[in-house]
Amino acid sequence: MNLSYTILILLVPLTVFLLLGIFNQKIKPAVSGYIGVFGLFVSTVLSYFTAYQYFFVFGKLEGVYQTFAQKTVWMNFTDTLHIDMGVLIDPISVMMLVVVSTISLMVHIYSRGYMKGDEGYTRFFAFLSLFTFSMYGLVLATNLFQIYIFWELVGVSSFLLIGYYYTKPSAVAAAKKAFIVTRFADLGFLIGILIIGFYTGTYDFETLNNPEGAAILNWASGSFMGLSILTWALILIFIGGAGKSAMFPLHIWLPDAMEGPTPVSALIHAATMVVAGVFLVARLFPMYYFVEDGFALKVVAFVGAFSSLFAAVIAITQTDIKRVLAFSTMSQLGYMMLALGVSGYDGHEGVGYMASMFHLFTHAMFKALLFLGAGSVIHAVHSNYLKDMGGLRKYMPVTNITFLIAALAIAGVPPFAGFWSKDEILAAAFEQNKLIYFVGVFVAGLTAFYMFRIYFGIFWGKETKYKHPPHESPVSMTFPLMVLAFLSIVVGFIPFSEFITADKAGFEAHLNYPLAAVAVGVGLIGIGLAYVFYKKENDLAERFSIAFGFFYIWTFHKFYFDEIYLFVTKKILFQRISWPISKFDKKYVDGTMEGIGNKTVLISEKIKGLQSGKFQDYAFAFVSGVVVLALVFIYFLNY
Amino acid sequence: MITGISLYEILTVTSIIFFVGVYGFITRKNLISVLISIELILNASAVNFVAINKYLYPEALQGVVFSIFIIAVAAAETALAVSIIINLYRQISSVEVKDTEIMKY
Amino acid sequence: MERIIFYTLALIIVVFAIASVSSRKMLRSVIYLLFVLCGIAGFYFLIDYNFLAAIQLTVYAGGIIVLLIFSVMLVHHIEMELEVVKKARQILVGLLCLIGLGVFLITIYTHPFVVVENQITTTTADIGYKLLSYDDGGFILPFEVISVLLLAAMIGAIVIAKKVGSE
Repeated sequence: MNLSYTILILLVPLTVFLLLGIFNQKIKPAVSGYIGVFGLFVSTVLSYFTAYQYFFVFGKLEGVYQTFAQKTVWMNFTDTLHIDMGVLIDPISVMMLVVVSTISLMVHIYSRGYMKGDEGYTRFFAFLSLFTFSMYGLVLATNLFQIYIFWELVGVSSFLLIGYYYTKPSAVAAAKKAFIVTRFADLGFLIGILIIGFYTGTYDFETLNNPEGAAILNWASGSFMGLSILTWALILIFIGGAGKSAMFPLHIWLPDAMEGPTPVSALIHAATMVVAGVFLVARLFPMYYFVEDGFALKVVAFVGAFSSLFAAVIAITQTDIKRVLAFSTMSQLGYMMLALGVSGYDGHEGVGYMASMFHLFTHAMFKALLFLGAGSVIHAVHSNYLKDMGGLRKYMPVTNITFLIAALAIAGVPPFAGFWSKDEILAAAFEQNKLIYFVGVFVAGLTAFYMFRIYFGIFWGKETKYKHPPHESPVSMTFPLMVLAFLSIVVGFIPFSEFITADKAGFEAHLNYPLAAVAVGVGLIGIGLAYVFYKKENDLAERFSIAFGFFYIWTFHKFYFDEIYLFVTKKILFQRISWPISKFDKKYVDGTMEGIGNKTVLISEKIKGLQSGKFQDYAFAFVSGVVVLALVFIYFLNY
Repeated sequence: MITGISLYEILTVTSIIFFVGVYGFITRKNLISVLISIELILNASAVNFVAINKYLYPEALQGVVFSIFIIAVAAAETALAVSIIINLYRQISSVEVKDTEIMKY
Repeated sequence: MERIIFYTLALIIVVFAIASVSSRKMLRSVIYLLFVLCGIAGFYFLIDYNFLAAIQLTVYAGGIIVLLIFSVMLVHHIEMELEVVKKARQILVGLLCLIGLGVFLITIYTHPFVVVENQITTTTADIGYKLLSYDDGGFILPFEVISVLLLAAMIGAIVIAKKVGSE
């Protein structure tokens, strides 16, 4: 099977980006929208075709999905160590292709309505295409360096899109924050890559991930502070992934990133870019699992579980619906990490890995739907805050229904998509680690509660008096909502375990009825509580918040994490360390150099009087010099 | 070659002219006088070329040719120098060496 | 006979060279230079390079001296007395020149020149062939370069001496 056409999946969005970027001013907004959507449509068709071909036609060999890599050497260091560029086709990359294409196409269509009349319409589509190109490159990367390059490109496009409203100071600050925090995390990623390159002599995923390969078998060859060096490298790489996936404590950028336009939040900060961290761990899963008996994987599991709980608690108290969704995203990403962390490798052991990818897949659909629905609401009422909404179900029926479907999906109510993937995650956690399992169940309840809190808050609840009566969004916006709602219902029925597993062999997954019942029960309790609190206008919620007092305020302020970071960076790093260093640099390092320069000028100023300007003096000096030299040469050196 | 006159005598005369030129070049206070001194120096060297050519390598003509070139260059140089002097005179109404000091920096 | 002529010429040259650099009247100084140049032309005759002597007379005595006289006339009053430098400086420079001359002469007199006795007469044709020959030792290239140099000097002189602001 010739897979060289897959490069087109990347190149089409890149071309669109260049086209829209270069002819930014010359293209009419309407045309640029069509160009963007069309370019992505081509990529989507190619992605679906690839997925179909791979999963059903040629991908399987003796029951095991094969890995296809097409690459050329890009940079050559030694005989064995080189950086390639190419395309890697294996189950998870193909699955990610489908996710990215679907969500991106929907977001492109949606944006045509949402961004209508905006000044930077063409620019917006150019950036979207750049992002999509980078994301494709990330999922199709064949080695660690290639993934790193696209990883940074994704970060840049995220930066550009968060700061899309660049006249708004808060958007600029948020973009900067997102970029700096993820860059800081990427430092860990880069160091990890370099360590792996040094100790294993390769960056290639196929070589690294081979369970019988040298990289994995020799993991114990070096150790550092009680752990294998490779474990350290994997933890550093996970730090990079945690930065992108907003894991605790590198999560602070994600809520602020909601300053970007809502379609961007749906595409980048819900469905695709933020799962890059999960994808990265999944990509290196054999290494995580085999090196030092999965120590690094345990770190992943606990960080994931804690982030999941932490974010879910904060999400309950937030009043900005996009921030609620942002924390919800963070919580669900924690779920995926947790699932990876408790996974095994062979056969049914690897259910966690499968569940994580499954949840990634379903979550992309319903979380994008939630964001797009929220965008539709924001579009109608021109506010992000819950207090400005209420009783919208009469005005926006389509948004109402689709949002409800998404909320049910994320709450884990059967038969919606979230139920199936969440159930697999909980089943995997139950087998491995009871503590993590309980955290997972608790988070499931919290998720259902805060999701329905905003659902009831937006579409039911008190009747708000609107200045302009809100109206349903145009078809270009409701159409993606309907498509995603449909997907949120059906994707749960895909037998994921037959396609995507850690050892690529595929197995039969069974529903664990007692566990499923527990999860659904907890979810329903959450929904019920939300119903009691928020369905009708009442003061129950307020009384509770007063009763919890202290805890409520802490949660409302996101446990003061932003303030802690600010304190550490501003008060300690800037004032105590950077400021004195810069002072020293200016005063002594620069000062010495400038002093030398100034002194030179001063001295020349003084001695320029020696130049009389009389050429006859010069001639006199010249002739005397010649005579003296002649005397010296003839009488003393005897030439 | 000149019968009864050795190369030493000719070279002595040219050396004297040369140093007279140098003396003038350094001590004269007028640009045209400096130019005259330069002519003296150039002539001294031209004669040297010719004399050595004639006395030591009579078959060759290099010295003669070089003298011709020296004369040509001297003509060009004088023409330029005179034009510069005239232009300078027009600007500062003086051709004294001391008045050209303002060009020093 | 030739010795007498030579010594006479040498005397003329040296005396007028000194007079030329020490005269306090500009025009006289130029005329003394003319005598020096004529004396040198006489040298060339003596040494059997008639062509060179002719050039010396036409270019130097005929051209350059006229040019110098012109410039003197343009920028000076004929009767203007030139300033003289301080005595100390004159002596200092004179001393320097004497030392230099001494070094020259000592070097010249201690060097054993291998003189070839000859009475070859060089014709103008020989010089012409030499100048325009492009064989080994020919001077066609320097000749052309000198031509270009003269042209450039001519244009340059015109440009520089042109009235300021007339362009």
